[in-house]
Amino acid sequence: MSTPAGQAAQPDQERRRGGFSSRRVFILAAIGSAVGLGNIWRFPYVAYENGGGAFLLPYLVALLTAGIPFLLLDYAIGHRHRGSAPLSFARLRRGTEGLGWWQVGICFVIAVYYAAVIAWALRYTFFSLDEAWGADPEGFFFGEFLQAGDVRVTADVVPGVLWPLALVWLAVLVIMALGVQRGIGVTSLVVIPVLVLAFAALVVQALLLPGAGAGLDALFAPEWSALTSASVWAAAFGQIFFSLSVGFGIMITYASYVGRREDMVGSGLVVGFSNSGFELLAGIGVFAALGFMAQANGVPVDEVASGGIGLAFIAFPAIISEAPAGALLGVLFFGALVIAGITSLISVIEVVISAVRDKLDTGRLTATLAVGVPAAVLSLVLFSTTSGIYVLDVVDHFVNQYGILVVALVSMLVVAWALRALPVLGAHLNVHGRPRVGTGWRLLTSVVAPAGLAVVLVLALRDDLAAPYEDYPAWLLLVLGWALVVALPLIGFLLARLPWRAGTHLDGPPPGSDPAEPLHAPDPAPHTRHQDDGGPR
Amino acid sequence: MSTAAIVMMVVAMAVIWGGLALAIASLLHHGAVEERAEDPRRDL
Repeated sequence: MSTPAGQAAQPDQERRRGGFSSRRVFILAAIGSAVGLGNIWRFPYVAYENGGGAFLLPYLVALLTAGIPFLLLDYAIGHRHRGSAPLSFARLRRGTEGLGWWQVGICFVIAVYYAAVIAWALRYTFFSLDEAWGADPEGFFFGEFLQAGDVRVTADVVPGVLWPLALVWLAVLVIMALGVQRGIGVTSLVVIPVLVLAFAALVVQALLLPGAGAGLDALFAPEWSALTSASVWAAAFGQIFFSLSVGFGIMITYASYVGRREDMVGSGLVVGFSNSGFELLAGIGVFAALGFMAQANGVPVDEVASGGIGLAFIAFPAIISEAPAGALLGVLFFGALVIAGITSLISVIEVVISAVRDKLDTGRLTATLAVGVPAAVLSLVLFSTTSGIYVLDVVDHFVNQYGILVVALVSMLVVAWALRALPVLGAHLNVHGRPRVGTGWRLLTSVVAPAGLAVVLVLALRDDLAAPYEDYPAWLLLVLGWALVVALPLIGFLLARLPWRAGTHLDGPPPGSDPAEPLHAPDPAPHTRHQDDGGPR
Repeated sequence: MSTAAIVMMVVAMAVIWGGLALAIASLLHHGAVEERAEDPRRDL
């Protein structure tokens, strides 16, 4: 319960949270969050594996019926309640605060391992200059670079991973300490255009390679029979959910930093289509390059097609070695991975920092250090060792499949069915948003999107119960997989029992957050004011 | 490239990048309309 004094202090508290200076900055930051490693190394292979050109149909259906509606739901929650994920959920209904902390926990875990992949990409940006992997990219990656041995958890440090990982964390901590606008906003404003230009240049270079057409043919030739497969539709919904950064606090947090009069529906459409637009660009670039590699080796494209770590750190180095101006191709590819990774990482860690700030009323620098230093230390301890790749693979798989998917599904069901909050959230979006959202959006958010998520979840669970993931030892899957995903909601609901700082408004949206208020009313949103944005207190 | 692949690639580009262009145009247009409608200085 808030006190009158607490209500009076609310606009001041909100200004201290910081915020994006304009809609453009917010949109670029949201695009930066959504466009990550998955757009570059996951989408092309998922599309290729699931019907090629025919995959476009379920992909678009998933985008329009689940991805964008869910994105708008996150925006509505954060924009209306003007807080981090825990604070927004607490303001929606006190008992649901734990959902927000569950999302915060997932973001903390993701940040810890995501930084390691960015560190690898950073090293490979420089490896590209002299093709350090030689004639055996796979042996180089697992052997010389990661020094991966048997599947076990070790404390044997790999210096070649340690220092780039430390650099990544240093950069992220500096960005986060600078604040929402001066850190996240300015970084997004600068690097997102660079990312698009760099990747566009990569695509042009890849399209000029011999064999590019065969690669594009493999990606886009439609296999219409795939449309009758439930797993193909699940893959499309899964790709959209993982790619759009919805359902685990990021978009709630970012939306809370946007001026209250902004058009969140229009912004959501731009972010959703930008994310897919970049995925399409990545698909063209990656498969054009794979077509070249297939032709150079005299094999069909399906023998060289891969996704994830295999695509980035094994297939692409091989392409770089054989392509004319390969060093340029490598710098563009791995540089794009670094940029896309950093902008996503800062959005993930901001979920945690924002929650700590709201709960404990700490300054920006204090919260950044309180969150970032332990995360960096954990990251360095777990992922700069010879067992880092195995730990990363298991944690990534389980946190994605049973962390993000489950919390997204539970959050959506709670908001839609337990709290029945969709009408009020839709009304909030409609005050300044166009196109207007109505019954269709409520239906998609309460039925179609949860159903899509549930199918993805059930299929993933079926696979994991049928056979151990990647044949890893049972103890590894139990400790770093199942135990972790069970612990996160428990920790989340325990954190929700901690008291809020004195005067925190918890009963519905904070005073002054109504977007329907006239223009002359003081805007508590930190639209152009950032007194505390970055300053230690 | 096969004709089917070319068609699907063009359709993908048209739908996704066309959708993005429409979304940006709509956002800019709506923003401008809102600004005109709500900025009292424009009536002076």
